[in-house]
Amino acid sequence: MHPAGPAAQVISQLWWVLLAGAAAIFLFVAALIALAWRRPPGETEERRFVVWLGLAFPMTVLAALLAYGLVVGERLLPRATPDLVRVQAEARQWDWRFGYDDAPGRVTENLLHIPAGRPVDVAITSVDVVHGFWVPRLAGKLDAVPGHVNLLRIEADSPGRYEGLGSEFNGAGYRDHRFTVIAHDAEGWRAFLRGETP
Amino acid sequence: MNALRRHRALSRIWASDPGLKGWFTTVNHTDLGRMFLFVATVFFVIGGILAMLIRAQLASPRSAFLGPDHYNQIFTMHGTIMMFLFAIPFFEGLAVYLLPKMLGTRDLAFPRLTAYGFWCYVFGGSMMIFALLAGIAPDSGWFMYPPLSSTIGAPGINSDFWLIGITFVEISAISAAVEITVTVLRYRAPGMKLSQMPIFAWYALVTAVMILTGFPPLILGSILLELERAFGLPFFQVAQGGDALLWQHLFWLFGHPEVYIIFLPAAGAISTILPVMARTTLMGYGWIVAAAVSLGVLSFGLWVHHMFTTGIPHMGLAFFSAASTLVAVPTAVQIFAWIGTLWKGRPSLHLPMLWLLAFFATFVIGGLTGVMVAIVPFDWQAHDTYFIVAHLHYVLVGGFVFPMIAALYYWMPHFTGRRTYFKLGNVAFWLVVPGFHGTFLALHWAGLLGMRRRIDTYESGQGWEVINIIASISGFVMAIGFALVLIDVVVNAVVAVRGSRDPWGAGTLDWAMPTPAAPYNFASLAQVTSRDPLYEDPELPVRLARGEGYLGDPGRGRRETLTVEIGTGAPRYIVVFPGNTALPVLMSAITGLFFLGMLIKAYWLVPISALGVTLCALLWVWGLGRPAPEEALPVGRGLSLHTAAEAADPPGWWGSVFLLLANGTFFGSLLFGYAFLFSIAPNWPPPAYLEPGALPVVLVLAGAGLTFLGSRIGTVVGQGMAPVGLALIAGAALPVLSESPDPTLHAYDATVWVFVGYGLLHCLVGMLMWSVVMLRRLSGHSADTTLGAMRIARLWSDYTLLVALLTAAAIGLPGVLT
Repeated sequence: MHPAGPAAQVISQLWWVLLAGAAAIFLFVAALIALAWRRPPGETEERRFVVWLGLAFPMTVLAALLAYGLVVGERLLPRATPDLVRVQAEARQWDWRFGYDDAPGRVTENLLHIPAGRPVDVAITSVDVVHGFWVPRLAGKLDAVPGHVNLLRIEADSPGRYEGLGSEFNGAGYRDHRFTVIAHDAEGWRAFLRGETP
Repeated sequence: MNALRRHRALSRIWASDPGLKGWFTTVNHTDLGRMFLFVATVFFVIGGILAMLIRAQLASPRSAFLGPDHYNQIFTMHGTIMMFLFAIPFFEGLAVYLLPKMLGTRDLAFPRLTAYGFWCYVFGGSMMIFALLAGIAPDSGWFMYPPLSSTIGAPGINSDFWLIGITFVEISAISAAVEITVTVLRYRAPGMKLSQMPIFAWYALVTAVMILTGFPPLILGSILLELERAFGLPFFQVAQGGDALLWQHLFWLFGHPEVYIIFLPAAGAISTILPVMARTTLMGYGWIVAAAVSLGVLSFGLWVHHMFTTGIPHMGLAFFSAASTLVAVPTAVQIFAWIGTLWKGRPSLHLPMLWLLAFFATFVIGGLTGVMVAIVPFDWQAHDTYFIVAHLHYVLVGGFVFPMIAALYYWMPHFTGRRTYFKLGNVAFWLVVPGFHGTFLALHWAGLLGMRRRIDTYESGQGWEVINIIASISGFVMAIGFALVLIDVVVNAVVAVRGSRDPWGAGTLDWAMPTPAAPYNFASLAQVTSRDPLYEDPELPVRLARGEGYLGDPGRGRRETLTVEIGTGAPRYIVVFPGNTALPVLMSAITGLFFLGMLIKAYWLVPISALGVTLCALLWVWGLGRPAPEEALPVGRGLSLHTAAEAADPPGWWGSVFLLLANGTFFGSLLFGYAFLFSIAPNWPPPAYLEPGALPVVLVLAGAGLTFLGSRIGTVVGQGMAPVGLALIAGAALPVLSESPDPTLHAYDATVWVFVGYGLLHCLVGMLMWSVVMLRRLSGHSADTTLGAMRIARLWSDYTLLVALLTAAAIGLPGVLT
């Protein structure tokens, strides 16, 4: 709820739209029900309730919503861009290991370094059970499935530390299955790639 | 014969055994419906206690009340109990109790099967509770994702309890579903057209068909996972060609229909109760039926929305996202038809109506948050957080528990024959409903603040403390409310005053009998001409009691009812039901030994108990039918009909059709799983495909030909040919398995073994069936009275042939083509 990157930003905006729409529909339905006690009984047209309210109304709302969702979804896709950074995330019970295309051989434990202001593709996999990769303030989540590699696009607007979580229940150590994302400024990122940051 | 003497005569015929023995030998749907409802309520209480433990643990940060090992068992069992041991059986209980009464008949299609299912449920559920008390309950979450739930993540016996116990319980779901389907289609009051059925029967029919097609994928998944755990067949281990995602597909292929399997019966209850509470008739009957059917169909197209975060390609996501939002449309049709019904009538505020209002408020919110999570990007954020926990409780408690309490209060006068008298129910209502919203409304927000589901405790300072303490306190208020509901029910059942027959002024046939219901339901069966027979003819109950309907003469001294044509409801033949027997409870106990042997790895017990079950089944079947045909017998109102024993399509044939529907879905799921591994799993192809050569092909083709011919000859010779053909097919297993001696090497080999095992089992069943038919003929039964049995055997052997041919293609083709 405190978005710090474009993906989380879009999703947060989506949520407020969804909430407003849902609240309006709920109040509408509640009012319709309350009115049943307020009006004299009598013949009520079936078509009005079933066809207009039951069929036409939700179809219109849902079509609009779906289109909106798909557009947002498109924006979250990991598409090719020139300044793309690629990292790997490998989950195990109950640790995370991260590798970097720009610094081959470099492995960090429970600490993911990324550059701020640039899109980062995280290639997520697992060596044992199913895990989930989630940095709530930067993007949605994606599962780490043994034998499969899933690609998630994340981006941090500004340098800082962001909490990351294992987000698929994975046994006794689930609660503390976390990691930290450190978003560097351009200089800090270069320093990290040179191996100067621990 | 006057009404009282008729009542006594019928009661003698239909009554359960007296005393304690009666509990175990009863096959009467009224008894068993009540027993189902009672046991399901007990499991609801257990699940509720677990929920309270969860809320106690989460009330404050850094709680030391429960450690993760206990906590993981508790939330896993909370979900498992509520889904499998409460919700589904509660529906079964309600349907078992109500359906024959609403449809105007005397019992369900297969009374002994009702009892068998009930006892399987009790024994399987007890296994799970034993695990819970012993501290070895499953702890991988109620959807049991491998590899966490497999030997890698859960080496103990915990997961085995889930896989074996739940599969055992599923027997009851499948048998209840077969029974409900056949009952709704064939066991109605004469004249009741499909379009005149009480709306609840439509919902029950859709739900039952969904159980038949929704549960088999889960049963398959459970068997595969148990095979992996017990014998190392690597279906879900990626290194050997398995895939963890296979389980997720099979599980949610069941799991999403499951949600509607739970909601639809509740919607059926709402559609029944709401018009009565509004003193009018239901608006848009046809629309509602169409909505229920389309919900049933659509619900099978959206299982992937539980897997949006597993790395499904974007196009796939778009499709399933659209399907998931689309499912809101038939739901909206029902909601607005109900509101229209309220507008049409003069709605009251009796206790059942209050609970229906709670349903509206809760379920609409749950539906709206459901649409939210159907939008993929939002789901990526909300998935596996308390937002989902809150959403699913709104849908399940709002969409099932509240309408079921409405149903409880609505039908309580029927259960007890008494007026609801005390006002405790109103107090309970005002504790449960605000308590519920206090618990779960704020938890949406906790989820959006990043609180993951299934964490055993949390650190302070993340803004979750206030939400959680409110949720816990409200949760306890809600629990007190539920306890008051139970107390209210007990008190009312024991001490309230006698009430009138139809206290709500309803129009359906369930109120056309004295309450509490007599074991035979109706002293005679009504001729139905409209949707609400009691509105058309308020004197109907009296006339039925006087024996003016069908089968009002108990003179033949046996349990009789009528079956009808599916569409028109024209009377077709007389069914003679079996009497009280301990066979079902015995057979389910032996079935229990089979599962117990698997569970504790006492494998010697498995074949012995399988043999025991087979013997019970033979005893069961042998008692059916009669050696020589009876002539057409009078059934009253000037009509004479033959009995089912002489019919070409006896109830058993219809039951077989729907059991084979479930069975076929199981086999289809197996083919799906094979295709999934073949195309998606990483470590494929296997080192080598099977190339068993010509011998098995020849055996299968020759056997299939022989069986096909034999099953169509219709003489004892043909009945002898069919099992020989099936034996030839079974013989093909030997050369195939000798080519693939070790099923633990690769998921491919493991799959081959499962295919072959499935085929072998069906060959054996088919051989047994044909042997029974042949023995019947040899022991002097006429061709007329074995016709039905022969057609049942033919149905099964035809299915077996199809399975054999498909299996041969599935196993053989990859080897031939590569």
